[in-house]
Amino acid sequence: MNGSQILRLLSPELILLITGFVVIGVDLARHREDEGRTAATVAVVGLILASLAAIALYMTSPNAIVFYTLAIDLYGLFFKVASFLGVALVIIASVNFMAGRSKYLGEFYALLVFAALAISVLVSATNLVLVYVGVEFLSITSYILAGFLRGDERSEEAAIKYFLYGASSGAVLLFGMSLLFGLTGSTDLAAVGQALKAGGDMHWLGVVALALVLGGLGYKASLVPFHQWAPDTYDGAPTPISAFLSTASKAAGFAVVGRVFLVAFPDFQPEWSQILAAVAVLTMFVGNLTALKQQSVKRMLAYSSIGQAGYILLGLAAYSMDPTFGGINGLMIYLFGYIFTNVGAFLLLLPIEKKHGSTDMAHFDGLATRAPGVALLMALFLISLAGIPPTAGFIGKFFVFAAVINQKMVWLGALAAVNTVIAAFYYLNVIRRMYFAESSAEGGVSLSRGLLTVLVVNAVMVLAIGIFAQFFMTWVNTSVAWVTASGF
Amino acid sequence: MTVPLSWYLIFATALFSIGFFAVLARRNAIAVLMGVELMLNAVNINLVAFWRYLTPTDLSGQIFVVFVFAVAAAEAAVGLALMISIYRTRKTINVDEINELKL
Repeated sequence: MNGSQILRLLSPELILLITGFVVIGVDLARHREDEGRTAATVAVVGLILASLAAIALYMTSPNAIVFYTLAIDLYGLFFKVASFLGVALVIIASVNFMAGRSKYLGEFYALLVFAALAISVLVSATNLVLVYVGVEFLSITSYILAGFLRGDERSEEAAIKYFLYGASSGAVLLFGMSLLFGLTGSTDLAAVGQALKAGGDMHWLGVVALALVLGGLGYKASLVPFHQWAPDTYDGAPTPISAFLSTASKAAGFAVVGRVFLVAFPDFQPEWSQILAAVAVLTMFVGNLTALKQQSVKRMLAYSSIGQAGYILLGLAAYSMDPTFGGINGLMIYLFGYIFTNVGAFLLLLPIEKKHGSTDMAHFDGLATRAPGVALLMALFLISLAGIPPTAGFIGKFFVFAAVINQKMVWLGALAAVNTVIAAFYYLNVIRRMYFAESSAEGGVSLSRGLLTVLVVNAVMVLAIGIFAQFFMTWVNTSVAWVTASGF
Repeated sequence: MTVPLSWYLIFATALFSIGFFAVLARRNAIAVLMGVELMLNAVNINLVAFWRYLTPTDLSGQIFVVFVFAVAAAEAAVGLALMISIYRTRKTINVDEINELKL
């Protein structure tokens, strides 16, 4: 592989790296005049260019490993495109929110770009060292972003809780990796998988390492019992950052869990399938039951996002070689739709927060008469989260549940169905209050132009994935081809 | 007389457990961070011991340790900055008192 080929394969990452520094430079020159608008524009343009570069690479179906550590394949590129778009939407929506709240806007947008770069490295990593470095790169940028509103007690608390959980989970992840290294003498995921297959009498130690690695990576995807940071951090962090953490960052967590388990632990599928099924059930119940009793919509969405992680994990728990209902394709289409749905739902809290100062359920009463557009969009995102057709959420749930049934895990499917009903109750409750409750406040809510654009894009994507599911599924099924090809 | 590999592993596991206990039991955020550092050092001992005994010709174990050092330093820097920022607004870094967000 020569230099120009490597440059081509790494073009999305290089574009993001340069964009990050340009954003800081632009901000040095201009931040007093325009409250970070130029910096945000540069960041969004960079992210869109990086997505285009990733799509262009996707068209050439690469299957290369760069520097022995980064796999540039369709699976990784799929997650790159999805999370770059998610981060770009978050940045556009942040512009009005952040202006006036912080003096360091250039750094804010640069950190979001670097977070996208971290995701990009993470979803491609095929080496334990790089998986660890990617997780920590994403975590450290996220800690700063969560605590970005310095002097705001809630934002600081969100950051310190995220930091303490993240740092300890990182250490647990590393301990698992050190055991894997000791078992196999290699840090390359594929070599680890080969060595574990050869096995020997140390199988039980492999299971211990697997559990530690799941604990370390599971916190990024907010899986129970590694989720305690998530509700507080999503609640206290600046709302656009909650949207980022609960979508793009979580998708990266699932992408890396998927790659590590499928490449390094293929031989342990009987064990991890059971472990993941149990974790998924716990995650769904804890997330959904706690969401039921929340009085703040932001906190309800925080718990709902834990519940959603449970459904997504079902896809991996029910992994099989089946070309239509293999599970991993369900996980991917679910995450793709979920990014747009949840970014939309969290960002719709911005105008409510601005008008009322909090996101209490009561502020949603009668919203449909005061602000019909906002209520309609919120209803659409909530319907998608509940998994009702014709939205993206339905398609995701369909493929994940079908994989579960296909694997004959009937009890798992039944528990997931129970959870869908519990979740529908609290999602539809907000819709009920918006459309049928007496309004407690006067006057509509105003949307800035940037936020409106983002919400419309999200809504269009949610409906498009729901209606043209065939097109998106073809794309997803092509992206999982590497798993089948690797001779699992 | 050479020290067998298992001694290193037992020592590292004990150190990891002590660090994990500190994370769970200490209320001061800086002490929690010290616990995390103990856990990371246990990992480093594991990695170096495995490298020395199992793959002395392959450097990947050592390189992993260098990365762990570097990342741990970056993480501690961000963590301590967060704690200073919290101390400025609340005059405490006791994790039990940082509890505005809850059910």
